[in-house]
Amino acid sequence: MQITLKLFASLSDYLPDTARRTNSLLLEVADDCTVGAVIEEWALPPRMVHLVLVNGEFIPPEQRADRRLREGDALAIWPPIAGG
Amino acid sequence: MALARKLLRVNLTKGTCVEEPVNQEWVKQYLGQRGLATKYLTSEIDPKVDALSPENKLIFTVGPLTGTMAATGGRYSVVTKGPLTNAIACGNSGGYFGNELRSAGWDMVIFEGKSAKPVYLLIENEKAQLLPADEFWGKSVWETEGGLKKKHQDPQIRVSCIGRAGENQVLFAGIVNDLHRAAGRSGVGAVMGSKNLKALAVRGTNGVSNIADPKAFMAAVKAGKKVLADNPVTGQGLPKFGTQVLMNVINEMGASPTRNHQDVQFEGARKISGEAMHEKRESDGKTHLVTNQACFGCTIACGRISRIDENHFSVSTKPEYWGASGGLEYEAAWAFGNANGVDDLEALQYCNLLCNEEGFDPISFGATVGAVMELYELGVITKEEIGFEAPFGSAEALCKLAEMTARGEGFGKLLGQGSKRLCEKYGRPELSMTVKGQEFPAYDGRALQGMGLAYATSNRGACHLRGYMVSPEVLGIPIKMDPQATEGKPAMLKAFQDATAVVDSSGLCVFTTFAWNLNDIQPQIQAACEGDWSMETLLQMGERIWNMERDFNLAAGITCKDDTLPPRLLNEPCKTGPQAGMVAQLGKMLPEYYELRGWSVDGVPTAETRTRLGL
Repeated sequence: MQITLKLFASLSDYLPDTARRTNSLLLEVADDCTVGAVIEEWALPPRMVHLVLVNGEFIPPEQRADRRLREGDALAIWPPIAGG
Repeated sequence: MALARKLLRVNLTKGTCVEEPVNQEWVKQYLGQRGLATKYLTSEIDPKVDALSPENKLIFTVGPLTGTMAATGGRYSVVTKGPLTNAIACGNSGGYFGNELRSAGWDMVIFEGKSAKPVYLLIENEKAQLLPADEFWGKSVWETEGGLKKKHQDPQIRVSCIGRAGENQVLFAGIVNDLHRAAGRSGVGAVMGSKNLKALAVRGTNGVSNIADPKAFMAAVKAGKKVLADNPVTGQGLPKFGTQVLMNVINEMGASPTRNHQDVQFEGARKISGEAMHEKRESDGKTHLVTNQACFGCTIACGRISRIDENHFSVSTKPEYWGASGGLEYEAAWAFGNANGVDDLEALQYCNLLCNEEGFDPISFGATVGAVMELYELGVITKEEIGFEAPFGSAEALCKLAEMTARGEGFGKLLGQGSKRLCEKYGRPELSMTVKGQEFPAYDGRALQGMGLAYATSNRGACHLRGYMVSPEVLGIPIKMDPQATEGKPAMLKAFQDATAVVDSSGLCVFTTFAWNLNDIQPQIQAACEGDWSMETLLQMGERIWNMERDFNLAAGITCKDDTLPPRLLNEPCKTGPQAGMVAQLGKMLPEYYELRGWSVDGVPTAETRTRLGL
């Protein structure tokens, strides 16, 4: 199935050059793919995986390993950030 | 006490500058800056006074850590009654002006009355004098700052001044120092303009003394700086991306008010985000962002310095805007962009430059344009009245409206009254996205329930800096809270409001609290100041300040009926995103909030609460 992976702020560096200007790319993943599996596959450092949203909904750290993704989901990840 | 124990009272009507001792009993109760200046203001003016009359006062004030070696210890505040809200107004700014005032040896400058002619205040350490400002009246912030440094042949003079917006009494005019740092909200600049006061020019070479326990202070400051450096937000995230890093996350969460709060997600957000500011432009191959910048003593350095595209329509014939200058910060980018459906980063930066140059609040300006564009699309305001077409998404209209507001020209005069008065004039008050007359910043009170409560109860009208519930509801600081939940929000908000009042009274920047909690701040205050500044003392002081501000507003005629949100937020659900279907559930939170505050069901502090807080 296909999902959209979005990496922001310093995590943008983990995207291929072609995806940098949108911070997103389409990914082909297994039907039983979890949030945790994508994070592992992309070798995102745990300390930089802070805010994880699926379709805008926050996924707590303890649920990421088991949270299944669905066709068309948008998985967005930020390192620790703040502003205001 | 760390402060200098003296204030300068400037009577603009009489033209006098008189030194006074600072009331040390009040210092024990209010510490400095926001707390102490608000105590002076509320003790000296009638709360019902016209904010733009000579009877209002305007106080510039520093905190005990301003000008010290404490990280971010460069803040000052401007406290007055605000013309936009008719409530207490307190603008807080960084840059390098606050430490200069502190180094000149003044804890506070109280302006009263009104000068017959334009003047500015020159402070050179102990010496203070009012001087004619005829040559600077009618000039911008940038011209005034440069002119004052040239006139006094001292490039190290620090200037805090108004531009033409303040002179024209734009109701959301700010006071700008160091070219692009501002006491920006609630119209403090309009009060300054109403007094014919153009600027404060300060040179302080005395440095800071009176640190109660220098050895303990150095140890506490060192420990605090390590926490800031080690924290990924204050040590890495904010320096690199600034506040603008929020643009995408707030939008993804469906919490980004768009097109005057008709929507909660903006399709153009990515194009105006912090990430976009790092990219090379297709037009000239340069990045928008040039560098980050720090205020005095700051080890975070979140400020943005950018260079606008010289080929952009807004500045292609105006080389004076081509240099690197301040912006964009998140709130301004949102207000110019999302609030109006404009995704042109360069147009946003142009508007930001105008706000800095002429001294007006980008949040209130941008949000008021949002109301104008909705009224235009509804056919309530015509092209003839504005002078051009102004649909959502028009970068050209946005830029023209910024120019007209800055100069007080045509439709810009009405726009400069803010969205509440503008929408009332056109018979559509419900389209004003304001609380107590002040425009919302960049978070939707339907999507983030705690922010909705924060806006409704803020003492200076809709504001994110009185209780930043975005921290727990989005960022997970100090804990992650469900944005849709109402449970626990009143208690968390009260804690944030009281703690923020402490930080705003200390001379520190509230951004430290992304890494610090009061346990990191308390040792710095305790070491700097004489007396008891335990956690318990500080927390009670924060609560005292909040209630003092509330009392002033109540006496000014603002009641519990004003602790509310526009009908759009209460009745029109979020249309898209993860918060779709949500409205602001204020009724579920407000009674509990009043109870936690020790207020009556009408939102009035009870006699017991007043006694407990020493009010």
